[in-house]
Amino acid sequence: MTSSGTVPRPVVDLVARVTGDEKHDPSAHSTLDVVWVLYDQVLRVFPDDPEHPDRDRFLLSKGHGPASTYAVLAARGFFPAEWLDDVASWDSPLGHHPDRTLVPGIEIGSGSLGHGLPIAVGMALGLRDRSRARVVVLVGDAELDEGSNAEAIAVAGRFGLDNLTCVVVDNHSDHLGWPGGIGARFALEGWAAADVGTSDHAALAAALRATAPDRPTAVVVDVPAGPEAAA
Amino acid sequence: MSAAGGVPDARSRFYAELDPVLVANPDAVLVLAVIGAGYVGDTIARRPGQVVDVGIREQAMIGVAGGLALAGRRPIVHTFASFLVERAYEQVKLDLGHQDVGALLVSAGASYDVSSGGRTHQAPGDVALISALPGWTVHVPGHGDEVAEILHREAARSGRVYVRLSGQRNAKPQPVDGRVHLVRDVASGGQAGASSAPLVLAVGPMLDVVLEATRDLPVRVAYTGTPHPLDTAGLRDLAGPTPVLAVVEPYLAGTSAAAVAAALADRPSRVLHVGVPRDAELRRYGTPRDHAAAHGLDAAGVRRQVKALLGGAAWPARIGA
Repeated sequence: MTSSGTVPRPVVDLVARVTGDEKHDPSAHSTLDVVWVLYDQVLRVFPDDPEHPDRDRFLLSKGHGPASTYAVLAARGFFPAEWLDDVASWDSPLGHHPDRTLVPGIEIGSGSLGHGLPIAVGMALGLRDRSRARVVVLVGDAELDEGSNAEAIAVAGRFGLDNLTCVVVDNHSDHLGWPGGIGARFALEGWAAADVGTSDHAALAAALRATAPDRPTAVVVDVPAGPEAAA
Repeated sequence: MSAAGGVPDARSRFYAELDPVLVANPDAVLVLAVIGAGYVGDTIARRPGQVVDVGIREQAMIGVAGGLALAGRRPIVHTFASFLVERAYEQVKLDLGHQDVGALLVSAGASYDVSSGGRTHQAPGDVALISALPGWTVHVPGHGDEVAEILHREAARSGRVYVRLSGQRNAKPQPVDGRVHLVRDVASGGQAGASSAPLVLAVGPMLDVVLEATRDLPVRVAYTGTPHPLDTAGLRDLAGPTPVLAVVEPYLAGTSAAAVAAALADRPSRVLHVGVPRDAELRRYGTPRDHAAAHGLDAAGVRRQVKALLGGAAWPARIGA
């Protein structure tokens, strides 16, 4: 629909309905560009049939920052935008950590760090040879601190899961650093790894679309360190 | 993994049944973390698309199982109980339960099968931990035939199921319908008022030990291989209006205490819970038989505790008592 360098204003406004952020500052949401570009240009999804067996799966592992994902799912018509106005209330299906059983389009319940990538590996194994669906999991650079990710990175690399993409949103919040760079750690384990920024959505979309025939893909997205909770 | 008397134990039977289970259930996928792979080499070779060995990575093992289930597969996950349940407990809670998907978790090692391996390979708390999570069924089979029937049945379903395999076993198989069954009435037979005689409920592989321990005591013996959820209706039917009950479990003492208490809440009852004591770590090696004796879970220990219940005395289970 659009491949400009910014997220459309109506989508940013939807994020603001979640956060109550009157400044409408998209840089406060490190995942917004990635999630928007994924749903606008990359993923094959069916808002009218969210359980379609051949849908691409997007797993928000970094579940403590769901505002962008909620806003984009509402923008794509998975659920009414009115749901965004009372997030985490008693009557709302949308919480500060998403629950897949409550929200159309949410593929996993997440919030505790380090669960999405191992689940994504199993999902990719389960879909491989049965569907053309891709599995795209979003993690944070600090989330990679969790050792469960190291297990999953090795397994996915060794199994050559070419239907799996791990997007690392690097907002420079990791706690002890990743000497050699994050992408290099995936590459060493047999992944195709790329680094990309968020200013050029066409380049971001190209990186997120890219797959390799015999190996999983890691896309490390550099974003400014923002006020959003670390991970 | 011994096969005394020519009857394969539960773990051997599990490995032997895997191939037919995978054939009968094309969606089933065996997920391993090295442990067990050496016993199912033929199955791995024949059905590479239905076996995943993630290496020594138990967090990934459960996470992968959750992802497989979300993709419509039926994961069968196997390693020692200490690594399957305890090491990856949050993954069991979140990657299966919270995602509202199922898996068939099959553990080996039980409470002290690996007695010579020490505490690192012993998991008497596994059933208590699994039972603390919503939506799980726990099977503790006491015979290889029970293992086979449970495995085939549950592989074709989609629920969250924990199967606890043990090297300890009974001579004869019992029903695996999840119910509490009366196995032996009071020894005198035909006695009026027998239904009010004290009841000893043996769980899984404790049955033969309980039968031996109580062979001449005025008690009835019942069996269940499915302690969670407990067949509370069946227990109430057998327990009578003023229950005197001993529950003998091969894992942490009192694991079923809450379910039993709830089942009997409206009746004046005296209930003894026999199991692995929870107040001390047994820092000894030796054989499973040594550990059973130390925990009061051999026939002599069970007899001592049941007799204390019958006599109304305080029960004395203590390590080394």
